[in-house]
Amino acid sequence: MDKKKIYPWYFGAGALVLYSALFVLPSLIGIGYSFTNWSSYSDQISFVGLENFARVFSPDRNYLDYLWNTLWFTVATTVLKTVLALAFAVLLSTGVKGLNVHRAILYMPAILSVLIVGMVFSSILDPANGLLNTTLRAVGLDALAQKWLTDAHLAMWSVIGVDVWRGMGYVMVILLVGILSISPTYYEAAQLDGASSWQQFVRITLPLLRPTLAVAIVLNVLYGLKVFDIVYVLTNGGPGHRTEVLYTAVFSEFSNGRFAVGTALSTVMLVVMVILGVFMIRVLTRNEVQE
Amino acid sequence: MSRTGRPPQARGVGVVKNVIAWALSAVMLIPLLLIVFTAFKSDDDAQSMSFTLPKQWDPSTFLTVIQQGKLADGFLNSMLYSTAGTLLTVLLAAMAAYMFSRRRTRLNNVLYMFLVMGIVLPINYVALMKVMQIFGLNNTRLGIVLLYSAIQLPFMVFLMYGFVARIPQELDEAAVIDGCGPIRLFFSIILPLMTPALVTATVLCFLNMWNEFVLPLYFLNSTDKWPMTLAVYNFFGKYETQWNLVAADVLLTSLPVVVMYLVCQKYIVGGQTAGAVKG
Repeated sequence: MDKKKIYPWYFGAGALVLYSALFVLPSLIGIGYSFTNWSSYSDQISFVGLENFARVFSPDRNYLDYLWNTLWFTVATTVLKTVLALAFAVLLSTGVKGLNVHRAILYMPAILSVLIVGMVFSSILDPANGLLNTTLRAVGLDALAQKWLTDAHLAMWSVIGVDVWRGMGYVMVILLVGILSISPTYYEAAQLDGASSWQQFVRITLPLLRPTLAVAIVLNVLYGLKVFDIVYVLTNGGPGHRTEVLYTAVFSEFSNGRFAVGTALSTVMLVVMVILGVFMIRVLTRNEVQE
Repeated sequence: MSRTGRPPQARGVGVVKNVIAWALSAVMLIPLLLIVFTAFKSDDDAQSMSFTLPKQWDPSTFLTVIQQGKLADGFLNSMLYSTAGTLLTVLLAAMAAYMFSRRRTRLNNVLYMFLVMGIVLPINYVALMKVMQIFGLNNTRLGIVLLYSAIQLPFMVFLMYGFVARIPQELDEAAVIDGCGPIRLFFSIILPLMTPALVTATVLCFLNMWNEFVLPLYFLNSTDKWPMTLAVYNFFGKYETQWNLVAADVLLTSLPVVVMYLVCQKYIVGGQTAGAVKG
């Protein structure tokens, strides 16, 4: 059989061309532009060497804080979502009536536009009339009512909280599907041998759930590093850049016409992601490799 | 674990579990119900979103929103971008996944990895603007469809690659011996067998494209080309104190994806990881 004839090259060409032209090409020429002074203020573009990177990594500027915020957001949301989702998935995998109804409800936030989730929560977290503060006041917990999105110390936690609300159910449903597909015979055998619930969790559930967990973590890390919508809508990076992440910073550089700084930031991100990416792609494709 | 004749203690645990399950579901549902309640309130009733039933259910808000928020245009734009983008993406991804999966030469494996790297790589939006200008695609409908497609392709190829690998290759050989050409082989034999993967890919792709906000924010300047997400965001900025209008707008924008979710639930749940983890 002549594979070249049965599976002609042009079957892959469309996807490759479109992806290369509109996804990879911008990243590559972006690397070039990050060594220039490209901006909306002048038609001239000239080479400035490492100036933009010096600016991005300068301790006098805030860019390193944005990088730190992005990493913090990523770690916090990934850990919270995964731990909560795992705990609830294990807890609810047995003995809950109408599990499918719960599953459908818990998954719902994940299909809504992140933008819309952000809009709804900017109402809920409104300090004066928001649902959260009015409820707290109504039950006499006035002291807990906060300026959730404008307090410098709280804003990042509020954004993280909203994102955990949005993404936790999704992770939980994936894990629940994984748990329910584990054969009950393992647990029966373990119980006969007198294993405690904790031992069953550590020795049976966790190892068998590992591929699912790995994929969920990778997808959450990717989402966290590239986060934009939810931050943009809730705080737009404020108060005082306290919640500024890489992609919101790129957007504000873009809006202010400082294109070269925007591409330099994207290039920094590209380098980070290529290094992490090799590892993450391996996790995602591991099952394929085994086949 | 014990399903029959459980001791009273186990029954207590069962009750606690059900209470936790409902509490968790309530935490997820309240913000969503908040939108529904607020959307039906009158102007005075909706200075903020509160969790009370409307004093009277007033559907007139929806008319206001559709007229003032130019929602009809937004809806048609979103429909156009998501439908065209999804069709293009799913077709190209299916063809590529099939070719890369069947012809695993060294070059093809490298190209497949190159494509799948797109799941991880960040988009350089600023430089992308330059590329869009060079191709004459900036602020055009065609441009946004191609862009949506380029962004979704890596994951969709990945999703289908694993699936195609499980369709036996003997089928191809039998068809070729019977005189079937490569295009007919793909479209009339392979593609129908890929239906489950195609449905999952279509649903996910449509959802992602319908919810897309960043790309039109960067690359669509004229309001008449805005999809619903951008129109809603703009509306939100204008009417921040009239939550009934915002909520009605949000409700109308989310309705298509919620309906799609309820109809295609089994294809969505788990679909996002289906390529990587076999159930």
